[in-house]
Amino acid sequence: MPQMTYREAVAKALREALDQDPRVFLVGEDIGPYGGAFAVTRGFWDEYGRRRIKDSPLSESAIVGAGVGAAMAGLRPIVELMTINFSLLAMDQIVNHAAKVRYMSGGQFSVPLMIRTVTGAGASVAATHSQSFEGWFASVPGLHVAVPSSPHDVVGLFRSCREMEDPVIFVEHILLYGTRGDVPDTDYTIPLGQAAVTRSGSDLSIISYSRMAQLSLAAARQLADEGIDAEVVDLRSLRPLDIETVTESVKKTHRALVVEETTKLGGFGGEVASQIQEGVFDYLDSPVRRVAGVEAPIPYSMPLEQKAIPDAALIAQSARQLLGR
Amino acid sequence: MNTVAIAQQHELSKVQLLEFYRQMRLIREFERECERQYTRGNIKGFLHVYSGEEAIAVGAIACLGPDDYIVTHYRDHGHALARGMDANGVMAELFGKATGVSKGKGGSMHLFDSSKNFMGGYAIVGGQLPVAAGLALASQYNGERRVAMCFMGDGALNEGEFHESMNLAAVWNLPMVFFCENNLYGMGAPSAETLAVHQQMYRLADAYGMANYRVDGNDVIAVHELMLDVVHDVREGKGPAFIEARTYRIQGHSIADPANYRPQEEVDYWRAQDPIPRYRELLSVEGAASEEELDEIDAQVLDEVIAAAEFAETSPFPPPEELYTHVYSDQDRG
Repeated sequence: MPQMTYREAVAKALREALDQDPRVFLVGEDIGPYGGAFAVTRGFWDEYGRRRIKDSPLSESAIVGAGVGAAMAGLRPIVELMTINFSLLAMDQIVNHAAKVRYMSGGQFSVPLMIRTVTGAGASVAATHSQSFEGWFASVPGLHVAVPSSPHDVVGLFRSCREMEDPVIFVEHILLYGTRGDVPDTDYTIPLGQAAVTRSGSDLSIISYSRMAQLSLAAARQLADEGIDAEVVDLRSLRPLDIETVTESVKKTHRALVVEETTKLGGFGGEVASQIQEGVFDYLDSPVRRVAGVEAPIPYSMPLEQKAIPDAALIAQSARQLLGR
Repeated sequence: MNTVAIAQQHELSKVQLLEFYRQMRLIREFERECERQYTRGNIKGFLHVYSGEEAIAVGAIACLGPDDYIVTHYRDHGHALARGMDANGVMAELFGKATGVSKGKGGSMHLFDSSKNFMGGYAIVGGQLPVAAGLALASQYNGERRVAMCFMGDGALNEGEFHESMNLAAVWNLPMVFFCENNLYGMGAPSAETLAVHQQMYRLADAYGMANYRVDGNDVIAVHELMLDVVHDVREGKGPAFIEARTYRIQGHSIADPANYRPQEEVDYWRAQDPIPRYRELLSVEGAASEEELDEIDAQVLDEVIAAAEFAETSPFPPPEELYTHVYSDQDRG
């Protein structure tokens, strides 16, 4: 099976979209000759030309809004927000317009807009460039939020997202671009709202998404050496949320550990924990436990930053505590 | 063709001149009815009437073809009616009824009509500008000749999205018109105290190298003549354009606003500039229409508005299951 990096998987998915659908075009800051801030669109400018690869001014609100308008006109724009931190400059367009036009027009218009962006901490770029806002977007009806953790899921989810008639926030992780994985040479798709059990186990369920789903797998491997059999659930999308896969897992293991990178207060993991308790409280052998980032901005200095976000060791330690070991 | 020498640059038929009058009168009567219905409790929420600004929507929108796009702001009834949207459906929308143009989901500030390429009223000030740029971008991408006409109030010029959209439209040479309805106030704040270039807003466009014009927004013929040329140029690919049309709200910002902050002499001055009596007098003086013809139009629009209110009142509210429709397309398909 072909192996590729997460970065290459995004590029592959984008090329497919451009090759297969003449309505698709890309808009973003420095996605042209520069090749994208994370080198995802390197070479695209030469391959597809400036009509379909639109290098934009540093105007996040205008480019997302232009995507909304173009989508209302029947095109399939894919707008890149260089990082999710910059989405704050486009919040009006994302939340007030992209997510609302279909509803407020009584279904007369829909907004098949994809917004690609980059989340996450760990790259030594300090507090304003290290945030994880995908959970915010998950709180907005009208949006879809995809959070792939592997090259395989990037391609499969992307194929579904670009067929959606409604806006999608496609959230890539800054530290995953260099990671490698299998990508089958088929036209498989992964529907939104379908979590994956990426490791089967019986002692506890670790529920996570994006990079933390990969760290949860690493933690599960450590735990296996100690005789603890952890199941790992990767949510893959936050809206829609596949809570059934989560609760089925918890019914089997009777213990849940919810892991995320952002702060615990207001973090998406609180929603997952709450829905577990609402749904399968009687199956739980102990309270749902959470692992999250610290209640502080993400610092620049590397030793501090490493302490600010969960790692595999912290996840494993929390799993042991959950099991009383 | 039966033309009348009212316009300076273009020949306008009598039919068209009377249609301008009809549309302006329809908007005015519609807004009066809205105010009545608001006090009766049939219209809820915010109600921003267009009374006093009719010449802009009527004069400008008449320059567009059916494929052109219209995007506007929350004071959107006038644009909707000038575009030929059904008065019954608009009134029913204001009543929150299932027969409303947006099925009661949007209300006064969010009118949409896909059959008219009326792409929406947007109630976050400035938020409609990037959307309009995107519609213009789609026209350009598809090699079409559609123009996107984007209306905004003077308050929108102070939003960051104004700069972003003006610049984007200019650097991408988008077929788009930025039409600023300068009614001198952003809600209750006079533009004289909130906008650095309040006396010459059109000159903002100079900074983007964009064609710009100023017009008397209470003169429907002046607006129309200017926009015929502007829309032609934009359609021909000469790039976006910016218009400043001075006008005035006869009422306050919304129905809840008595507008006590406005000096009486200012209100009196603008009352004398009311675009509808001005236009009626012009038509009479130039012999374009008889008093009887104009009176007949007055009676006809009044009937239309009364019928719209009746239609809205007797229409059903949306059933509870409508709460969850139009959130996602795939769910609507079941």
